[in-house]
Parts: sequence; C-alpha cells; structure tokens
Amino acid sequence: MQEIKVLSPTAILGYGFPVESFQNGLAQHPDFIAVDAGSTDPGPYYLGAGVSFTDREAVKRDLKLILKAGKELGIPVLIGSAGGSGANEHLAWNEEIVKEIAQEENLNIKTAIITAEIPKTEILKKYEEGKIKPLPPAGEILREDIENTSRIVAQMGIEPIIDALNNDVDLVLAGRAFDPTVFAAPCIKAGFPQGLALHMGKILECASIAATPGSGSDCMLGTLRHDCFILEALNPNRRCTVTSIAAHTLYEKNNPYKLHGPGGIIDLEQTQFTQLDDRRVKVTGSQFIPSPEYTIKLEGAKKTGYRTISIAGTRDPIMIAQIDEIISEIKNMVRHNFSHIKNDEYQILFSIYGKNGVMGKLEPKKDIIPHELGVIIEVVAKTQEMANTICSFTRSSMLHYGYPGRIATAGNLAFRYSPSDIPAGEVYEFSIYHLLTVNDPKEYFPITIKTIKGSE
Amino acid sequence: MGVPLTELAEVIRSKNSGPYELTMDIIFKDFDSYEKVKQQKVINKELISRLYQIPQEDILSIINFDPAKAIKITIKRPLVAGAVGESDVYGAQQHAPLLSIEI
Repeated sequence: MQEIKVLSPTAILGYGFPVESFQNGLAQHPDFIAVDAGSTDPGPYYLGAGVSFTDREAVKRDLKLILKAGKELGIPVLIGSAGGSGANEHLAWNEEIVKEIAQEENLNIKTAIITAEIPKTEILKKYEEGKIKPLPPAGEILREDIENTSRIVAQMGIEPIIDALNNDVDLVLAGRAFDPTVFAAPCIKAGFPQGLALHMGKILECASIAATPGSGSDCMLGTLRHDCFILEALNPNRRCTVTSIAAHTLYEKNNPYKLHGPGGIIDLEQTQFTQLDDRRVKVTGSQFIPSPEYTIKLEGAKKTGYRTISIAGTRDPIMIAQIDEIISEIKNMVRHNFSHIKNDEYQILFSIYGKNGVMGKLEPKKDIIPHELGVIIEVVAKTQEMANTICSFTRSSMLHYGYPGRIATAGNLAFRYSPSDIPAGEVYEFSIYHLLTVNDPKEYFPITIKTIKGSE
Repeated sequence: MGVPLTELAEVIRSKNSGPYELTMDIIFKDFDSYEKVKQQKVINKELISRLYQIPQEDILSIINFDPAKAIKITIKRPLVAGAVGESDVYGAQQHAPLLSIEI
C-alpha cells in the first residue's frame, strides 16, 4: 500500500459540514472516515453529568451522512470520544443515535464499541499501588478526590482501536480517546509510520480549523505515505498553507515540539512543512518516540453543588463608581440575613462585565470607568433550592440597596429577563487530570462487537 | 521603540491546553519580524509576568516555533477551567494584554 487516505468531515461530530465538501472528499476515494467527537474544553459539567455538549439532532445529521457514505463506499467509519466526554453514558447516547439512523436508512452496521470509563474501585486500587501521578500544574491526587468523582474516563491510544478494526467492522464507536488516534490507528494498522500518522491525526481532528480561512464545520482530506503526509481542504474556498498547518500544530498544546500522548511522544523537532501547490501542504519528519512506561491520561469531574444566576446591568455612574463596595455590602447583607445557613454551604459570586468579567484576576486594566456594567449574580449552593433562595435575596437586595450618594431611587439594576433568576442546575469541577501507568495499553478499553440492525 | 506587535503579528490568541493551562500563540506575518523578536527575546518571562500580573513561576514556558514563525507562551491558569468563579471556560479571550506589546 503506497498511501492511505482519510476523510475528516468536521472538527467535532455535530459541528456540521457542507455536503459539497464532503462529496469532494468521497470523490477522492478515502480509505476511511474518522471524526473526533470530544474535548474537555467545554468544561467539567459534561463529563460529570454524563451529558453531551453537542446537540443530538446536529450529531444525527452529521452521522447519517457519514454512515451512509461509509456503507456506500464500503469503508469504515471511526468516531473518537463519542458523546463529547466518552464515558459509558455518552457512548450509549451515541449508540442510540446510530440505531435510529440504521432504522431510518435500513442499514446493518457492524459496530465495535470501545468503552473508556474506569470504575472508581479500580482507580482507588491503582492509587494505593502508586500508579497514578499528577500532570503538572495539576497537583497530587487525593483519595477523597477519587471518592468524590462522579465519572472517570481514560484517553485510549491506538491499540484498542486497531484491535477493533481487526473485526472487519463498519463503525468503531470509541469512548474517550486521545484525539489523533481514530485518524492514526487505521494507518498504523496498514503499516504506515506512527509519528506521521499521529501528527496527521492531530491536525485532522480539527478538520478545517487548520485551513485558511479556518472553520470547525468543514471537511479535510489527509493522505499518508511512508515518508510524508499531505493535507487538503475539501472546500474550494479554503486552502492549506504552511502557515495555517504549522500554526495549527501549536493549537491547544503547550509545546509544539513534543506532543504527549498515550505510550509516547509525537516529536516534531525534525518536522518540515512544504507548500505542494496553492491548496495543499506536505509534512515530513514527525516521529513517534515511545515512553519507557505506557501511561494513559485520566479525566474526572466531581459535583460541587447547584447554581442559580441572575443577569442584569447598571447604567448609573454613581453606582458604577462604587461597584466593589456595593458588592461587598450586599454579600454582608445576605450572610447576615441567612446567618442560620453555614457559610460554606453556599458561595455568592458577582461577575462584572465591563470591568473584569472576562479576565478576572488576570485583567491588567484596573482604572477604566465604563458607562455601563453587566452584572451576573451567581450563587452555587448545596441544593438547588438554597441556590435559588440566596440568588433571589441577593438580587432583590442589590436592586434596592441604598448606596451612598444614590439619586436613582427606583431600582439599581436593569433586568434582561423575567423571570430574572435562572436555575442552572448541577455544577461540576475537574477533580482528576492525572496519568495512570498501565501494563497493557488495552486493559481498560474493552471491545464489544455487535450489528446494529436496520430491520429484523 | 514603538512598533505595535499587532502590526507584526498575523495571529495573537489564547486557548486552554488542558483545563489547568492557558497557552498563547503569537504568529508573525513574516520571518524577518519573527527572527527579530526572537533574537531580541522581547517576549520574556518578565514581560508576561508584568502584563498578566502573575509570578514568573506561573509562566510554564515560552517556546519559539520556527516552522510557524510563532512564539508560544504557556501559563498556569489562576483557576482550573470551569471551576466556580472561573470566567473563560475555553480560555479563548485571555490574549488581550499581548496586544499592547510594542517592539
């Protein structure tokens, strides 16, 4: 095999793509279609709560086009980090969508499902054995962090995916996976170099974000040979340039020369980017360096409470000039009024847009006085009811607080909505982001093979 | 003194590198500007520490990436992405202080 071609339809399953770009890709006879469905970027909630950050209908739209094309061309489809976070609930959610598509399109889809969730009891055992180490700047893991975590997943490497492909399946539905793996695994299985395959996967997992103009909702084609790979944007209005591809290599990673993944590092010290023609870039020299120990990255999130928010604004210069003092006084009023509730059972936060709402502590501009401010009152408490109560009281206190020098005595806040308070549900935070040393890269990623049938 | 970085750079951006780190990229328009800024070490820990008001030990790395004519700065997040009180889950709007740099 001289070369292997992979079609990457979109940056995240559910972000969409133009059908024309997708057909341009199919016309080039790809050997497989791969798509990354996950990320930790949307935050801890989705992993912790077992919910997808992408919309079900949008995922179904993308997946229907992809699965039909895979069947028509007789090529496998691979989905990594299904459902966004790749835990068991996310996989089940995605499998349901596949079932619906199979029934609507009357397809029989032979599927390999690879789970990536690890039971807490197993993680606690590994913790006792000293097999879990921090990934700086995250700190050492504590036993209680593990105990309080709702769900723990690990990022799989290429090995379980290659095993799944050995079953001659139409679809690989993988739980949490290192982003490049669903693109790289079929290539490595076919005998192509691991470093180039993974580097190509690292770029293709974001699809046309790596092109110019960039887009998370458009298709890319990768062609891997034994000494290079070539990237091509499949929308004629986009191009891959040395700058766009090299720049993408930097994206979301702290060190562009060494990309850490399961079992080793993608080393780009010798990588060269060459403009092949107006629209395509060739990449050479990327290498895979296996680590002495095979580690997988664990991700976990724990529930910290329930949130209620209220969104408002102020346009009064007298109030704006003393906003910090007002907030401090309102917090005192709330604490005083609810002195029967322990202080550590709820938190009151004010986000002040126009001041430092975006950057918080990192905001260097401290002396600017804007003509209006956005105010988000946020309460995180032990229960939803408590969050609602504290938020409601904070909101009404701020609305009518008689700050020094007040002239506008009818009310201090402009509310955007009625009802003014929005219960926002469970709040999670990342509790585990650590490395686990394993003996076998496949031990935590069991595979189930089943045919998802369109008709009985 | 005095050429704004925004005139020399094509891209100035920030993003999470995992939930615990923020990484910022300055991608230059041409290799001459990149080389000049790189040789003079204009983008250094003191500057970033001052712009973001963070201790130098929170600046995890400043790396030159020649193939992209880019300088990459990675800092420790003051709060982990999505934690209560954290204000930018994707870390995509923490680049603005870099826009004020003059070369």
